[in-house]
Amino acid sequence: MTAPLLQLTCVTKSFGAVRALKGVSFDLGAGEVHALLGENGAGKSTLIKVITGAHQPDGGTIDINGERVAHLTPAAAHKLGIACIYQQPALFPDLTVAENIALRLEPATAAHRVDWPVRRTRAAELLHRIGAEISPDAEVRSLSMPEQQLVEIACALGAGARIVIMDEPTASLTQKEQHLLFAVVRDLRASGVGVIYISHRLEEIFALADRVTVLRDGESVGTRLVGSSRRELAQTSSAESQSGPTSAATITESELIKLMVGREVSSIFPPAESEPGDVVLSLDNLGCTAGGVKNITLDVRAGEIVGLAGLVGAGRTELARILFGLTPADSGEIILNGQRITITSPQEAVAHGIAYVPEDRRRHGVILEMPIAHNMTMAIHNRLFPGTWLRFGAERNLAQEFIRNLAVKAYGPEAPGGSLSGGNQQKVSLARWLATKPKLLILDEPTQGVDVGAKSEIHKIIRRLAKDGLAVLMISSDLPEVLGMSDRIAVLRGGTIAAMLPGKSDAHAVMAAALGQTEDSR
Amino acid sequence: MKRYFRELSVAAALFALLAGLALFAPNFYEPAPLLSRFAAQAPALVVAIGMTLVIISRQIDISVGSQFGVCAVVAGTLAAMKLPLVVVLLASVGTGAILGAFNGVLIAGLGLPSIVVTLATMVTWQEALRLGQQGRFINLPPGMQWMGLSQVGGQRALVALAVLMVAAFAWALKNLAAGRHVYAVGSDAEAARLAGIHPKGTTFGVFVLMGGLVGLAAVMNIVQSPQVDPNAGGGLELKAIAAAVVGGVAVSGGRGNLWGVFVGLLLLATINPALTYLHVEAYWEKAIQGLVILLAVVADGLRSRRGKR
Repeated sequence: MTAPLLQLTCVTKSFGAVRALKGVSFDLGAGEVHALLGENGAGKSTLIKVITGAHQPDGGTIDINGERVAHLTPAAAHKLGIACIYQQPALFPDLTVAENIALRLEPATAAHRVDWPVRRTRAAELLHRIGAEISPDAEVRSLSMPEQQLVEIACALGAGARIVIMDEPTASLTQKEQHLLFAVVRDLRASGVGVIYISHRLEEIFALADRVTVLRDGESVGTRLVGSSRRELAQTSSAESQSGPTSAATITESELIKLMVGREVSSIFPPAESEPGDVVLSLDNLGCTAGGVKNITLDVRAGEIVGLAGLVGAGRTELARILFGLTPADSGEIILNGQRITITSPQEAVAHGIAYVPEDRRRHGVILEMPIAHNMTMAIHNRLFPGTWLRFGAERNLAQEFIRNLAVKAYGPEAPGGSLSGGNQQKVSLARWLATKPKLLILDEPTQGVDVGAKSEIHKIIRRLAKDGLAVLMISSDLPEVLGMSDRIAVLRGGTIAAMLPGKSDAHAVMAAALGQTEDSR
Repeated sequence: MKRYFRELSVAAALFALLAGLALFAPNFYEPAPLLSRFAAQAPALVVAIGMTLVIISRQIDISVGSQFGVCAVVAGTLAAMKLPLVVVLLASVGTGAILGAFNGVLIAGLGLPSIVVTLATMVTWQEALRLGQQGRFINLPPGMQWMGLSQVGGQRALVALAVLMVAAFAWALKNLAAGRHVYAVGSDAEAARLAGIHPKGTTFGVFVLMGGLVGLAAVMNIVQSPQVDPNAGGGLELKAIAAAVVGGVAVSGGRGNLWGVFVGLLLLATINPALTYLHVEAYWEKAIQGLVILLAVVADGLRSRRGKR
């Protein structure tokens, strides 16, 4: 038996204190489609970046074609025949298809003379090989998303890629386009290319993959055979050189979900202490074409935390953006405190008592150059300063109150936002919105990138706010957080609510709804 | 102290230059020519105020020189018709505000890059002016020069007005909600928008203000001579941008202080007479000014790189 195309052994990678990969082993054989599955943040992207040379692993070994690679850089990975096709193709929209392909394949020297006819024929040849009907002279801008992906695949083939990584390639494709892509993937497999296929869609994995590896919290929790049609090919690569626990039997949907979730929810979360009050927010058949959200019907009561679960792209942040007037709804009704309202701008949302603590606080939340006092009062200039000029005394008092209440660790209200840790920045962002005295608080990934201690503090603050009568809508990709904090959980899938579950539901149910498992076959 | 280190170091450079002049060329401090030099810089200082606001909000306006010319011709034409100074002033400020609003609509409303928009309006106003005015100077009626005051009185009034404007805008930037909006929008427009601030409205307002200040500066300039030169605004945009950059306004937006710009303009404006008084060839002026600007930009670049680590 030949050595596998790719063999990772006990690869580790940390970012600061966060251990993204805790010793992952993974292998890929020639002519195999190996699916990679895991929740958001399980370590899939990091693993891919290690394979493409974008990240250097801290520990572990990488073997390609049976040879140890000590220092894998993006250029070296390219030379070794590793190609990655991203969800959003990384092509140059203003150049033609042939030029894009040439850019990847021709030597990157300035004096290299362009041989146009050769360039065109080669592009046409590569496109023909994967059955794509695309003119080499077409501008990439004019191509559809799947056509662009095909161009990417043509580039990979042209570069002699033996290992092709596809990162959620079907996320933006229609059904018909998906089938085209599947055919190309099967052709690649038949020609002996190894494909690493990342997808959240279970049906694709069962249709396409030979094996599947599940990552969870930076660890490989299992590699299993998939009962797809191409059994004989799978066996050539998996008979030898297996890493991680492998069972000979093929896996079912339900087992796969169990592998992904796998852990018990700990009881470190603050308990719900109060009965929910009146309905604050009521959504009736809400939809927004631009945001890809449809038919959302949901109630949020005072004192209640409603968790919004789902995979990235399921429409959670989009729903928050509708409610905050960033991408206004175009169908359905928003009823706030019994009154039907429309929200077309953040200013209106704030006036209605809606606050939105956005995800990615570094980009959309705290202004790093500004003192935290200024950051905290940014949303309430009109209320804090009813006259025309700013009242620094009032601002300082308000900031000091929040610093005390939320236990913000900073040397004072005048400390610039950039001098705080992630958790404390999140508290400043939260303070800005609490200062508006909202009735509905929307939190988007409230503890993303926050260390464990600050995380539990923020959880306590959120629970306390709910106890004080605030209606809270909490978006989170952190499954234990959703399960532990929410009084009810709305699971979104494909832009609509796939399931409404009670708080303290089990992780399996949430994950099954988020992934769209059709029948419960446990 | 640490917070104003940047502004203080510019002030120190200016002080060193002035001290050198006091030692080697005490003639520099003769009151009459000194006052004239101050008065001559007063319009540029007013334009630099507007430019500071524009740059803090992470934009740029290179059309101010052309705007200045248009305002000066409008003001001069009205003044030649013997209209009172107040009318002339309002017309000039209004013209500037309209020109600024035009920039503002394109930049804030359509989201076009300010460098391209103001480059286009710079050329457009300049060429329109050339076509309309054919380079002709406008003669002003006698009562216009020095606003009917004596020369010294007029010069003092102009300098006082310019410094007063700096003080007023410095206060407003710090103490008005609108001032903080300018900083917020320049630091992070998306964060500002999420916080309920209107980044578009703020940007538009800044450009209108910029135009209005140019209109004021144009009048402050024409009252210093018996004629209106339609090309008097040439190079004004560079002067204003240079003053702002030397004064510590971050080109990346969100940071800057008007007093720093005030000192920056004084420093740049002192270099030329200093060379004369120190008997250095005047050809060196532009080179030295460029060097000072370069120094300021490099200092900011190094500082922000260190800040990121």
